[in-house]
Amino acid sequence: MTKKQQKMLIRIGIAFFLFAGLLVSEHAGLLEGVEGTAVLFGIYLIPYLVIGYDIIYKAARNISHGQVFDENFLMMIATFGAFGVGEYSEAVAVMLFYQVGELFQGYAVGKSRQSISDMMDICPEYANMEVDGKLTQVDPDDVEPGSMIVIKPGERIPLDGVVLEGESYIDTAALTGESVPRKASVGDGVISGCVNGSGTLKVQTTKAFDDSTVARILELVENASSKKAKMENFITKFARYYTPIVTLGAVILAVLPPLILGGGWGEWIRRACIFLVISCPCALVISVPLGFFGGIGAASRIGILVKGSNFLEAVAQMETIVFDKTGTLTKGEFKVQAVCPAEGSEKELLELAALAEGYSNHPIAGSIREAYGKEINIDRIGQAQEIAGCGICIPVDGKEALIGNEKLMRERKIDYVPDQSAGTIVYIAYEGRFAGRIVIADRVKDGAAQAIRDMKRVGVKKCVMLTGDRQEAADAVARELGIDEVHAELLPGDKVSKVEELLARQEDKAKLAFVGDGMNDAPVLTRADIGIAMGSMGSDAAIEAADVVLMDDDVKKIASIVKISRKTLTIVKQNILFALGVKGLVLLLGALGVANMWEAVFADVGVSVIAILNAMRALKAEKG
Amino acid sequence: MKKKFKLEDLDCANCAAKMENAIKKINGVNDANVSFLAQKMTIDAEDDQFEDIMKEVVAVCAKVEPDCKILF
Repeated sequence: MTKKQQKMLIRIGIAFFLFAGLLVSEHAGLLEGVEGTAVLFGIYLIPYLVIGYDIIYKAARNISHGQVFDENFLMMIATFGAFGVGEYSEAVAVMLFYQVGELFQGYAVGKSRQSISDMMDICPEYANMEVDGKLTQVDPDDVEPGSMIVIKPGERIPLDGVVLEGESYIDTAALTGESVPRKASVGDGVISGCVNGSGTLKVQTTKAFDDSTVARILELVENASSKKAKMENFITKFARYYTPIVTLGAVILAVLPPLILGGGWGEWIRRACIFLVISCPCALVISVPLGFFGGIGAASRIGILVKGSNFLEAVAQMETIVFDKTGTLTKGEFKVQAVCPAEGSEKELLELAALAEGYSNHPIAGSIREAYGKEINIDRIGQAQEIAGCGICIPVDGKEALIGNEKLMRERKIDYVPDQSAGTIVYIAYEGRFAGRIVIADRVKDGAAQAIRDMKRVGVKKCVMLTGDRQEAADAVARELGIDEVHAELLPGDKVSKVEELLARQEDKAKLAFVGDGMNDAPVLTRADIGIAMGSMGSDAAIEAADVVLMDDDVKKIASIVKISRKTLTIVKQNILFALGVKGLVLLLGALGVANMWEAVFADVGVSVIAILNAMRALKAEKG
Repeated sequence: MKKKFKLEDLDCANCAAKMENAIKKINGVNDANVSFLAQKMTIDAEDDQFEDIMKEVVAVCAKVEPDCKILF
């Protein structure tokens, strides 16, 4: 509780005490004789002023600034009205409860804000830098890229960098929601915002603080609330008209019926005052963005960054989801799966292939060398000659070796054995004769099939996979994962047109998401309704282009974000309906003379508080 | 140029919305955002007039919500 709130609490206590005393003495008959007189008015004015002087002061000040329809003014008019019609105790009570409600509302909002910002508490406060041979704590902002910093056990990593010395396990939970620590040793990159485990690390920084992962994430989350959801915009617009309309209604209610029906003004003024009390739209204006903020907070807690409330809203309507294959559904690591020599042993073929690929930096070459596992003796190989789009021709032990795809074999008139299995097939020929083939395949990510099943379960209707790979390889992966639609052998540019085609086929309200690893998918990520990037922490292109970033590249999280967004939207809708419903009802009852000031105060601050508490549920989204 | 400011004692969500609208109407302001939840204000305005614009922003905020202070 802040100082201001504590002071308010004391004032409420005093006013409540005075007010209760007055009510008791009035009921005990102690105030008989002064009823309906200026004396009684004077007595009730004391607690009223104790509790409400600041409201009156603010109302007067704001009117002088030209701000008429603020809640202070409305409360002042409402309570003055009550005094005017002789309902002194009502006037004090309304003001008292209004202040109690405001206090509680302020407290609840402060608490919610606190719990959200605690969760975002990934900002490092200092960096240990060596200055003149001594370790000093400096502001991470002041550390230049390329500096040497020391991260002690248990400290938060202040800047992105590369480990120069030491070994440790790093807790990335704050960024990725992943609870298993990640190992970091010499040469590994470390990411700011994570917490160092038990080892001391010497790190060379690679980025300035403003460009570091933690600063970018914080900025994203903070900016997320500025990209407003449709529902938020609706509420802001609504609020702009709501207050003047209700106030106008109050004026009409106070003036017209007595003129037409005749009779006392008092009753109608009392009813008009009820209108004024309900006329503040605060419950809606707070609880809707708070709900979205909570949803975004819940998502970031499990390692999903959502760049705006509008995207959270869109995810709830997602019906089609398009995946890029490599790196998204598959690991993007190529592994030798089968070695099929035409003659001789597998080992001999692998050795020949590894030697032939000795100079190549293609990922496939790397996987063959890895499978071979031994140092390449470069004395055994000669000058490589690359045949574009086909493979390599290179002398191995002085005799010509060919390594590449089917086209290469056909061109060189090698009598080869074609292979139809899924994956990439590398054919090898030696001394003009077919030596065998090696099957290399990218492996499906662990849990990818489960992830697709989960998505289907939460209501995604269609899963599509796009890939540049051969049809056979793509079909095999699609079968394994339960993908509905496959488009294979696409060039990078084709992906955009395929996504556009799918967008055109969609129903009006349905949304399409594209999931990619971000590196060369940026145009597609932007084109889709929702671009989901496998953020592989630190990949700038991904974070930049996408609307939703999965910090740990885990496709399983997609189902979770759908759940979070649905829950958030439900809560927001509940709040809108509840607040409007209660306000509408009390307005109606007030106009008919059934509701009194007490109900009106509840419809104002009571509803706000309940809506805020409800909005906070969005923050507590379940895991998985 | 985009700049962020912290706000103190921004007590009501409706006022934040009003402040935002009022700031957006100032000449030279490209975009403005007042976040009630983050108690922060982001202003995107022309570089060369930024200081003058900020003076106007302060005046506008004092008019809409006098309790709220902008921390520089």
